[in-house]
Amino acid sequence: MKHQLPKWVDYGLIPLLNLITAFLVAGLVVLLVGENPLEAAYLLVRGAFGYGGGIGYTLFYATNFIFTGLSVAVAIHCGLFNIGSEGQAYVGGIGVAAACLALDHYVPWYVTFPFAVLGAAAFGAAWAFIPAWLQAKRGSHVVITTIMFNFIASALMIYLLVEVFKPAGSMAPETRTFESGGQLPKLDWLFELFGTSLGGAPFNISFLLALLACWAVWLLIWRTRLGYEIRTTGINPTAAVYAGIPQVRTIVIAMLISGALAGMMGLNPIMGDQYRLQESFPAGAGFVGIAVSLMGRNHPVGIIFAAILFGMLWQGGAELAFDMPKISRDMIVVIQGLVILFAGALEHMYRPALAGFFNRRDHRTDSSAVPGTGEAG
Amino acid sequence: MDFLSLLQILDSTVRLSTPLLLAALAGLYSERSGVFDIGLEGKMLGGAFAAAAAAVIFGNPWIALLFALLTSLGLGVVHAFASITVKGNQIVSGVAINFIAAGLTALLGQSWFGQGGRTPQIGQEARFNPVELPGSEALSGIPLLGPIYRDLISGHNVIVYFAFLMVPATWWVIFRTRFGLRLRAVGENPAAVDTAGINVVWARYRAVMICGLLCGFAGAYLSIGLSAGFVQNMTAGKGFIALAALIFAKWRPLNAMWACLLFGFLDAVAIRLQGVPLPLVGAVPVQFIQALPYILTVVLLAGFIGKAVPPKAGGVPYTKER
Repeated sequence: MKHQLPKWVDYGLIPLLNLITAFLVAGLVVLLVGENPLEAAYLLVRGAFGYGGGIGYTLFYATNFIFTGLSVAVAIHCGLFNIGSEGQAYVGGIGVAAACLALDHYVPWYVTFPFAVLGAAAFGAAWAFIPAWLQAKRGSHVVITTIMFNFIASALMIYLLVEVFKPAGSMAPETRTFESGGQLPKLDWLFELFGTSLGGAPFNISFLLALLACWAVWLLIWRTRLGYEIRTTGINPTAAVYAGIPQVRTIVIAMLISGALAGMMGLNPIMGDQYRLQESFPAGAGFVGIAVSLMGRNHPVGIIFAAILFGMLWQGGAELAFDMPKISRDMIVVIQGLVILFAGALEHMYRPALAGFFNRRDHRTDSSAVPGTGEAG
Repeated sequence: MDFLSLLQILDSTVRLSTPLLLAALAGLYSERSGVFDIGLEGKMLGGAFAAAAAAVIFGNPWIALLFALLTSLGLGVVHAFASITVKGNQIVSGVAINFIAAGLTALLGQSWFGQGGRTPQIGQEARFNPVELPGSEALSGIPLLGPIYRDLISGHNVIVYFAFLMVPATWWVIFRTRFGLRLRAVGENPAAVDTAGINVVWARYRAVMICGLLCGFAGAYLSIGLSAGFVQNMTAGKGFIALAALIFAKWRPLNAMWACLLFGFLDAVAIRLQGVPLPLVGAVPVQFIQALPYILTVVLLAGFIGKAVPPKAGGVPYTKER
């Protein structure tokens, strides 16, 4: 019999311990480089939350990670590990750029926006379709196919940017800059409500879309028939088939939703910040989505918090690199890796010890417990 | 295309497929034992950086190689601990190792050498240099075979020969020794192996550690064999191409060699084919050739050309029954 840990330990204490371990190891790395870890932590937090513009950037990055985190989470609920969010986000950028390039001269942003959202979702989903179909129909492992599709996406996008999207006479592999019809408004009014200013941060309304997506994913997964089918397929595929849930359809739909969410990530940097489609714009956000989903326990609320944590790392890390010349931006990548390692792969490291602890405590309080049944699982 | 430029292409094919081959064989040990490894890339990168940094400091390629092996082995042990001891998710662990290696090599490179994440240029004496095989000049007069021996077979560095020797060696270890039999068995049916009184955990640990060592060779080859120093993210997806090659080879050593040679060949011709019209298809975009290894692997995985069946217990942590 597996000993059940109290919920607050499972969802609160264990992630916290994992996170602390990750940051302790990150502190050792800072020491190794020859800087003071406490001072580095202070600079990082100050850079991320210390002033309006910093918070703006933190939330701007968090917007990306909410989308990719949701993307990974929906697939995980179906028992699929989609590590192709990066590629799906990249290809989704085509949809955003196509809508903006077609409409930005003629209509205001709020007409372009729905088309861009649809375009992003459609292209992201399309890029997830082949791995999804191969997994469902032919049993090709979705992890491997999505890795391959990330690389195929990056080759495809460079080809498209250079041969199709690049305006004549330009050298950089990117589209032209969009007119105001392809630019999302900033959320500076939200910051003014709190009496601070956004500064130059590109925090824009796609953040609100991200929150909407969180709500929609929650609704889908826990309140709809399709969500039930997705979760059942994820937890026990055999039982799902036995219960009459069409496996191929469920897997393909879950992956399409996952790809669509990843694709929508492109709205934030493309329409909200750079106003053009650039080479490798996702910049690893798809992979951060894995960490975000893991830390957020695949739940939209958890994902929002985890996304803000990683937004803090990206923004605060950039400021840290500026303040401490010995620490480059690569520190963010290290911390990211450590968080994925300790909160993800080594997630159960403390579980046996904690289970032992709570087990002993329960024995003392509950004398009817049978000894020897509380073995840590 | 004349004979000499064909020889040149084949020569660079051998050079470019060597790191792929080492990494693919590395993955073969790990995955045959039931531990998926998408962290080949990170281990190679860590090895490449350690080799370059040690070569700068000690000026000796063998010491540099030792550091590469230790670094890559260390990352391998982390992966083993996460996926065998703690029974964590092997894919997540691989992703984490790739991130940590990418970040740490760039960070330490910048902080130790201050050249934007590069190591300083490494001189001849601290690198693995081409080895002239005996008689390569004397035999070069023989038509056809002479130049092939001199230009294609001779004149590579030790790690290249080591990599290609590892192919039969791996075949022998995996298919002809007791160790290999047990390694394959823990990858297919660990419970049965456990019943036979063999330590599943230790068998898997050894496989993952061999994987770490071979990735270390691949990394050292990149930074002090193929080039003269470390640059940021110098593996540039080679670990994943090796993974693709391993799947393409259906987890068999000899097939892995052919797959790596094929992918290395694609890499070697990609630059030459830029803008050159081919018969039947016309000019092929260079990006297409770069993506071809991945596309071929997906087609194979789809089961349209043969079927790639991974080890049965791959990716599943083994829990001893109580």
